[in-house]
Amino acid sequence: MNRSSAAWLFLAPALLVLGVFFLLPVLAGLALSLTDYDLYALADLHNLRFVGLHNYWTLLHDPQFWAALWHTFYFVIAGVPLSLLASLGAALLLNSPLTRFKPFFRTALFAPVVTTVVAVAVIWRYLFNPKYGVVNFVLAHLGLHPIDWLGDPHWAMPMIILFAVWKNFGYSMIILLAGLQAIPADLYEAARIDGASAWRQFRHITLPMLSPILMMVGILTVSGYFQLFAEPYVITEGGPLQSTTSVLYLMYNQGFKWWNMGTASAVAFLLFVIMFAITAVMWRAGEAREGLA
Amino acid sequence: MNPRAGKWLLNGLLVLVTAVVLFPLLWMLSVSFMQPGEASALPPPLWSAHPTFGNYQTLFARAGMGRYFANSLFISTAITLLSLICNTLAGYAFAKLRFAGREKLFAVLIGGLVIPAQVAMLPLFLLLKYVGLVNTYAGVILPSTATVFGIVGIFLVRQYARGIPTELLEAARVDGAGEARIFMQIVLPLLKPILITVAVLTFLTAWNDFMWPLIVLTGQQHYTLPVGLASLSREHVQDFELMMAGAVITVVPVLVLFLALQRYYIRGLLLGSVKG
Repeated sequence: MNRSSAAWLFLAPALLVLGVFFLLPVLAGLALSLTDYDLYALADLHNLRFVGLHNYWTLLHDPQFWAALWHTFYFVIAGVPLSLLASLGAALLLNSPLTRFKPFFRTALFAPVVTTVVAVAVIWRYLFNPKYGVVNFVLAHLGLHPIDWLGDPHWAMPMIILFAVWKNFGYSMIILLAGLQAIPADLYEAARIDGASAWRQFRHITLPMLSPILMMVGILTVSGYFQLFAEPYVITEGGPLQSTTSVLYLMYNQGFKWWNMGTASAVAFLLFVIMFAITAVMWRAGEAREGLA
Repeated sequence: MNPRAGKWLLNGLLVLVTAVVLFPLLWMLSVSFMQPGEASALPPPLWSAHPTFGNYQTLFARAGMGRYFANSLFISTAITLLSLICNTLAGYAFAKLRFAGREKLFAVLIGGLVIPAQVAMLPLFLLLKYVGLVNTYAGVILPSTATVFGIVGIFLVRQYARGIPTELLEAARVDGAGEARIFMQIVLPLLKPILITVAVLTFLTAWNDFMWPLIVLTGQQHYTLPVGLASLSREHVQDFELMMAGAVITVVPVLVLFLALQRYYIRGLLLGSVKG
């Protein structure tokens, strides 16, 4: 057996699995989004018709889709910066020469990342319970009005954003911490000799040295946050008044609740295109900044 | 600001932040031992006056939690083993075996990472429906092997396998060893650390996965823990204590696994993120 055919044998299982269960469905999904696949087609394939871009056209005129898109953007635009700030803050604390017991704190702060979204989302629902929840109890002690986190359409999404920050900040924290540790210590040494304050050291050494990694975790977080689904599914069931129904939640409802598989596929592809465009712009912006520096 | 005050301030801040972050998990544990209805009180109690295992007993005896646990364990283990076989073979081939179009094929795979798995879910469901795999273990396991950790797993093994000295493999070939034997006897033992990393990451991701199992498992007898817990929590909205016990059962296995193999997990996370 020559080496090249051996190589293909080694590759065969992975390529087979990826081809049948990923590549093929993705292509089929594109085709599906051009049909009116629904409950009738599910019962009898003769009812299936090719409709071209009709599903996309209908979606772009559907207030439900725009609402879901807006909720998703709200989640991404507020959630990503908050997550990154929390990650950076925690990484700076863990990297400071003044703090102690670092391995313990690092593990503790990372713990939410490995937990199961569904399980910790269930905790969240009780912590933010309007009547008996700990959060409203603390708010009351601070002299603030209790908030109907689960029932008020203005507060449900902020609560889910808080959840996502808590659940995910540890991931970027670990990557940023590794980045901070890679910054040469003599840069800070030189700055101290020149009498630069802690803030100026952060502003002129830490941030610029860290910016490629910040951009990278930013892109990872953005593409993760666009895929919001399990959190609203468990905590709010998409409500109240649909205020936490994300694009992916809409896809789930369209596809697996109402069996409009064609429309749901179009939703999935629109989400993919939007995610791709935004992360590509971020990528370009990051590269341009690198080029200037 | 003098250094001593700074030290107190930073350490205090770190303790405070950690306490807030850990609070939900500790609260979950504490409430899971409360009597039914005990947590629905003001002020919210932090621990039980009469701790009980009753919630756990109820979950296992009446809510089918034992079944969900066994399902999760079986499905996650199967996904991990299958992924490990596929990814190790492919990662090694991409790193060390020469064949036409190697770099191009690898670039295509990495490019595939930008496609979110959800795009494949609708046709995948129909495909499985027509071959009769909806609501079966295989219906979760096979697609998840591809989407849960597939391409990243190949990437991690490839990065690691590139460090194996080519002379070592050439020497074995000169001695007349076949490619399969070289892989089993020389390559596999050297890859052990990265295989542990890939296995831990795959298992945890598979255990925590929700959307695909939710879609493809339509009957309770096949539910995984996350799907079972989500369904229970819709039925038992007011049962704080019972649901917290359910959350503990779901979360504790992955937390323990993570604590035991943390070193491998973190390494995988750092390597995987560098792919950019």
